[in-house]
Amino acid sequence: MIHAPKPERHIYYRDDKVSADKLHAMQYVVVLMLALLATGMWKLQILSVGDYRLLAEANRIRKDPVRAPRGRIFDREGRIIVDNYPSITCYLLRGQGRDIESDIPMIARALDLPVDQIQATLHRYEISHKYESIPLKQDITQDEQDFIEAHRNELPELETRDEQRRLYPQDGFAAHLIGYVGEVSEEDLKSSKYDFYDPGDVVGKSGVEETYDSLLRGTDGSRDVVVDSHGREVGQLGQQLAIPGKDLRLTIDLDIQRAAEQAMEGKTGALVAMDPHTGEILAMVSRPNFDPNQFSGHLTKDYWSKIVNDPNHPMMNKTIQAQDAPGSTFKIIMSLAGLQEGIAQDMRVMCNGGATFYGHFFACDQHHGMVDIHNAIPWSCDTFYYMMAERLGIDTIARYANSVGIGQKTGIDLPEEAAGTMPSTAWKLKTMHDKWYAGETISVGIGQGAVTVTPLQIARALGGIASGGVLKRPHVVFPDELPEEMQSAIKDTFPGSGDRVVPITPENWETITDGMAQTTMPGGFDTGAAAHMEGIDFAGKTGTAQVISHSAGATSLGSGASRANAWFVGMAPRRNPDIVVAVLWEHGGWGAGSAPVVAQVVNAYITKQRRIEGNLHAVETPKPTPPAAPNPPGTPTAMLSPTSKPGEAKAASVSRP
Amino acid sequence: MRRFSSFRDFDWMLFTLVMLMSLISVLEIKSATLHTKFRGFDHKQIEFLLVGIVLMFLISRIDYHRLVDIAPWAYGVGLFSLVAVKLVGTKVLGGRRWINLGGGVHFQPSEWVKLILILAIARYFWGLIGRDLSWLDIGKAFAMIGLPMGLVLIQPDLGTALTYFPVLLVGLFLGGIRFRQVMVLLLGFSLLIGGAWLSGKRLKPYQMARLTSFIDPGSDPRGAGYQILQSKIAVGSGGLWGKGTNKGTQTQGDFLPIPYTDFIFAAFCEEHGFVGGMGILLLYFLILMRLIENAQQASDVPGAFIIMGVVAVMLFQIVVNIGMVVGMMPVTGIPLPLMSYGGSSILFSFLALGIVMNIRMRRFVN
Repeated sequence: MIHAPKPERHIYYRDDKVSADKLHAMQYVVVLMLALLATGMWKLQILSVGDYRLLAEANRIRKDPVRAPRGRIFDREGRIIVDNYPSITCYLLRGQGRDIESDIPMIARALDLPVDQIQATLHRYEISHKYESIPLKQDITQDEQDFIEAHRNELPELETRDEQRRLYPQDGFAAHLIGYVGEVSEEDLKSSKYDFYDPGDVVGKSGVEETYDSLLRGTDGSRDVVVDSHGREVGQLGQQLAIPGKDLRLTIDLDIQRAAEQAMEGKTGALVAMDPHTGEILAMVSRPNFDPNQFSGHLTKDYWSKIVNDPNHPMMNKTIQAQDAPGSTFKIIMSLAGLQEGIAQDMRVMCNGGATFYGHFFACDQHHGMVDIHNAIPWSCDTFYYMMAERLGIDTIARYANSVGIGQKTGIDLPEEAAGTMPSTAWKLKTMHDKWYAGETISVGIGQGAVTVTPLQIARALGGIASGGVLKRPHVVFPDELPEEMQSAIKDTFPGSGDRVVPITPENWETITDGMAQTTMPGGFDTGAAAHMEGIDFAGKTGTAQVISHSAGATSLGSGASRANAWFVGMAPRRNPDIVVAVLWEHGGWGAGSAPVVAQVVNAYITKQRRIEGNLHAVETPKPTPPAAPNPPGTPTAMLSPTSKPGEAKAASVSRP
Repeated sequence: MRRFSSFRDFDWMLFTLVMLMSLISVLEIKSATLHTKFRGFDHKQIEFLLVGIVLMFLISRIDYHRLVDIAPWAYGVGLFSLVAVKLVGTKVLGGRRWINLGGGVHFQPSEWVKLILILAIARYFWGLIGRDLSWLDIGKAFAMIGLPMGLVLIQPDLGTALTYFPVLLVGLFLGGIRFRQVMVLLLGFSLLIGGAWLSGKRLKPYQMARLTSFIDPGSDPRGAGYQILQSKIAVGSGGLWGKGTNKGTQTQGDFLPIPYTDFIFAAFCEEHGFVGGMGILLLYFLILMRLIENAQQASDVPGAFIIMGVVAVMLFQIVVNIGMVVGMMPVTGIPLPLMSYGGSSILFSFLALGIVMNIRMRRFVN
């Protein structure tokens, strides 16, 4: 001992020692505490290792979608209608522990989007995986891209990616037929049809884009990107390549479609052109139209309200959705019924501007004098068909109408087709719980009353009758170019009257087709003579359908929104036509007014065929009576020249039927 | 005269264990800062360690009785430095805890106050040993700890303030507090804490958030709950064997918060698994057991008290830090002794060890 403690400290020096038991107890405390920590580690690292490995992966790996370019759409000759173009989309990355809510105002400023829209987008994606990024804005401008680049540090959650986007024809060309694409909506996702879709997927919303979405869309790929906690990409684990969508060839002929668009310019209504041999749709126009480019980008509020507030329904594909009284075009179906039932052949009716049935006077627009089936069609004599309707009865009429597809969907491969209405005693009992009154049959005889059709239905019905009773399912995509399982799927998805044969005796067939051919002949009948084209065997039927009153007897056309709809269904040649065109000109007035519209399209078709075939298309029809007036320049005779261009034909001055 | 024989009595066993721990610490700091702007912290940690080792040897040369003698003076200086830091300290992360000594050297007075308190408590209970503690004795001990605790609490630094408390607890325990007194104290504390909890005004919002997020981690996914979750993910995904050095995705990907200080154990467990983590616990077990053994062999009361004070502080920090890392404790910002990066923490550890060495070297004295 070297260092003696200071004396005063002696008071502390006792034999007292810290209790050995207590020190011992401390050892147990240490063991207990460390054991406690070990159990915590055991729980995490041994028992829950799987859960935490998954969490760690999700933390670390972000799935970046690689959008598949959508298939392009071509016309029947392989000319492009819908293409894609490169565009830049801004995405929002989540799950980086960043408070996105507080960044929303700045994001809104960066992308020039309303705050509530961004919040709505975020809300929509709440159900999706955190590692999926949210498309905030497509087609961002260079300025917006620069802003995002310059604010990388403040807004690390924004990312831009190159993508392919839809480029549709300008001015709504074939818009209803093609449709448009858009982000799948919240309501859509709830339906089973969209089971395999995720929020943010781009889907076809109407037309061909909707029907053939599964083909066109391809399969999106993805990249598994390794990120740090700031979402910065530090590597790539793997990728799944996007499989581009399949290109689609339509039955549409761009030349015919162009002629049809021109012919319908400035009108409201619909035009459909079809090849009755096959059911291939050659052209489809609905007016007014819309710009699908506007819909697949960000739809501006102004454009949207303009579209939805338009009383003429621009979004409606009127060729398959407008259900209107067919007017006199229905008389062809009446003729079929009358002739096949054997009562029309010998019918002679004295037309004195109408007739009285069941105490009501039903008017005809002319005093046709003695009328038989041969001149009843081209004259479109109402009196004759009132009589025939009375003799046939509603159920016989309905039977024939149904046989040519009236009152049921055609089964065209486009969404939301309307079925129209073909009244009958059974129909009235079912829908109105009332019996059919014989008086109601009279107006059905001239295509008024409860009967309604779509332009496609009437085109197919009349084209089918002219083809000797062979009706085809209309379609816009060649079925044999589809994968096998899709061919039957399309038929199941779009049920309709489909392919069918209606028996017509050859004499009756000749009678009806000759009657329709006479319609466009200048001279005696001339309800559709304005559409006469020299050297083209052009047949058809006018229709002037009342839009207000369902009572028959068109003595006035009405005006404005109550002005009559002008129908014309035309075809060439008269028997076994290669093309049938139906035009519904809403509030167009006399059906004769629509005839030149059809003539323009048929002309474009014939001219094209002749050019292709080196003018081999022989004119079979008997020589028509010479025209009363010389033809205006650039019309019918010019048709014969293979150098004339489609759509050049101008109809002669309109004469009243 | 045992002047030259003293290094034979130096606790080389304990020193080896501590050096092993320090080596692991340096390697993990290196791995955890590899891809961050804190790269190179492992070198700074080595510098701290070297300074710490030198200080440990120096202080082991000083008779601990002298340190006990100057404890009251040191206590006064300690309180003064805590007041000073409140007045002139550097503000870091919302707390005024550091005194800038110039030349880039910052010092955290609350760390060495910890050491002073251990000495002061040892001296205090030395005088009381052998008789029953009166309520006045207990009250004085509380005041002795409570004063600096309060000063640290208002910096604010709840974590360090809490580390003072085990010094008091172990002092009372070894000093001979009776069971009845413990019960009364426990009752009083639960009432006090309950009241504070209800008023909710005593804690800073972030402290409140830390406590609430511990109770309900889902309540604040980006705050303290986020930290705990990330820590649990790092530890849990490490599994039995870990992902390997430099291969911890949560550590390297910057998901794990401050993986070189408070969450270094999570980083280690991610990269070295349950096996590695148990290795660390084993090392701590050996170190603490060796310390307690030294306390048992201490020649007198203050020696045992000092060592047990060091044990109490270390054990408390280990339990609170690892408890936090594995999600059993709230986030308190208490570093893991001998593992976490940081000069003040290392200096405390090695100064404390130096005193322990001295106590051991003098175990046969008298």
